[in-house]
Amino acid sequence: MPHDHHDHDHDHDHPHDHGLSPSGHPYRQDDDAPLTYWQRMEIAVRELLIEKGVTTAAEVAAQIDLMDSRSPANGAAVVARAWTDPAFKARLLENAGDASREMGFDIGPLHLIAVENTAQAHNLIVCTLCSCYPRNLLGLPPDWYKTRAYRSRAVREPRAVLAEFGLNLPDSTTIRVHDSTADMRYIVLPARPAGTDGWSEVDLATLVTRDSMIGTALPRSPQTVAQDG
Amino acid sequence: MGGDEAGPVPMDGHDFALWEKRVDALMVLCSSKGHFTVDGLRRALEDMGEDAFEKHSYYERWIAAVNQNLIEGGVYSLEELATRMEAVAQRGTTYGEAAHGAQPHSHDVHDHDGHDHD
Amino acid sequence: MVRSRIRMTCMIMTGTTMTRRVRVRVRALMPPGHVRAPAYLRGKTGVIERALGPFGNPEQLAYGLPAEKKPLYRVRFTMAELWGDRAERPEDTLDAEIYAHWLEEVPDHAP
Repeated sequence: MPHDHHDHDHDHDHPHDHGLSPSGHPYRQDDDAPLTYWQRMEIAVRELLIEKGVTTAAEVAAQIDLMDSRSPANGAAVVARAWTDPAFKARLLENAGDASREMGFDIGPLHLIAVENTAQAHNLIVCTLCSCYPRNLLGLPPDWYKTRAYRSRAVREPRAVLAEFGLNLPDSTTIRVHDSTADMRYIVLPARPAGTDGWSEVDLATLVTRDSMIGTALPRSPQTVAQDG
Repeated sequence: MGGDEAGPVPMDGHDFALWEKRVDALMVLCSSKGHFTVDGLRRALEDMGEDAFEKHSYYERWIAAVNQNLIEGGVYSLEELATRMEAVAQRGTTYGEAAHGAQPHSHDVHDHDGHDHD
Repeated sequence: MVRSRIRMTCMIMTGTTMTRRVRVRVRALMPPGHVRAPAYLRGKTGVIERALGPFGNPEQLAYGLPAEKKPLYRVRFTMAELWGDRAERPEDTLDAEIYAHWLEEVPDHAP
């Protein structure tokens, strides 16, 4: 995914120059590209909000840090807990927001619903109206989630969309698509991969990918992990 | 949108620029402080029409929608916005230069990357 | 074709799955402006999967107006209902959140 600006010289130190942000998105240098109309608007709006006392520069920076601290790893921890603790899983399926808070995740006022993948059913999340996503738990959504193509097609031909992601489900599996049209946000609770008996919660969490919690992938298998080292 | 014909899902990722993260932060902060609602943001996005989706990037549409709601809410005036945008343009030709304008009320001078505050 | 609107008193149940199977149709209205009932679901019939409780009416919130609380439901549709012959697999489903004022109850004996 990193595709530009990583080979420039910079005037300023940037603490995150060479890696992914905590939320899994690579950083990009933008200070040396020509100023756009919309960037001018962002600067102007932000300065006016600070001058009017609506917010402060520190508050904006803190909010960016908070968002960066949210990542699919949070969701992976929740999923791994559900895989190992049946009582927690029951609470997660009853109220995923409260279950996530119980684990210490600061997800704000998020109303979260967990939908469980089983041998019979596979769940897929989309927001056709905008780009609703459980961002307070998982961080910002991937770009493809926000595209017209995904938003248009996931509700009508989810199987074709999943095939593009490399996931071909048998006809015996029912697909349940969830369109986040209003106040709820959704996370898929994937099925625990076979061959993980006795695994610790921490190890299990390494199998849980962002896409497996959106429903466009399955968790990694223990074999894949072994191959990757 | 939902159910429409469309081509393959583009899988390219994009790394968020600082200005985009700031737009995101402004949306969250302004809505949490009651200056507008997420519904107001969505409404402004929809009112831009289908064209906007093709012409502008995600956070370009977002800053436009944030601004629309703040103007409607009377947080600042169009004249103030226009004047400030003009002043910003005078500061330099890159985001880095323009975002470093001397702001008497701003503590923003040193944290151009939004991360090295304390 | 008179159908009763879902009434607020009918089933304010939160966090629980409906025990009675309630069939509903999304009202096929097409006003301009901000509506959270997606166009592709309008006029389509599904069943209530669960009640979510009252939430501020987005049609008022979107314009900065004081918002009434409206009951919100998760409604489950079959792909066959939504897309007819074009459905990839008719039994696959789609769930969406729809506000009560966009739903009308469909009698169980109706087609």
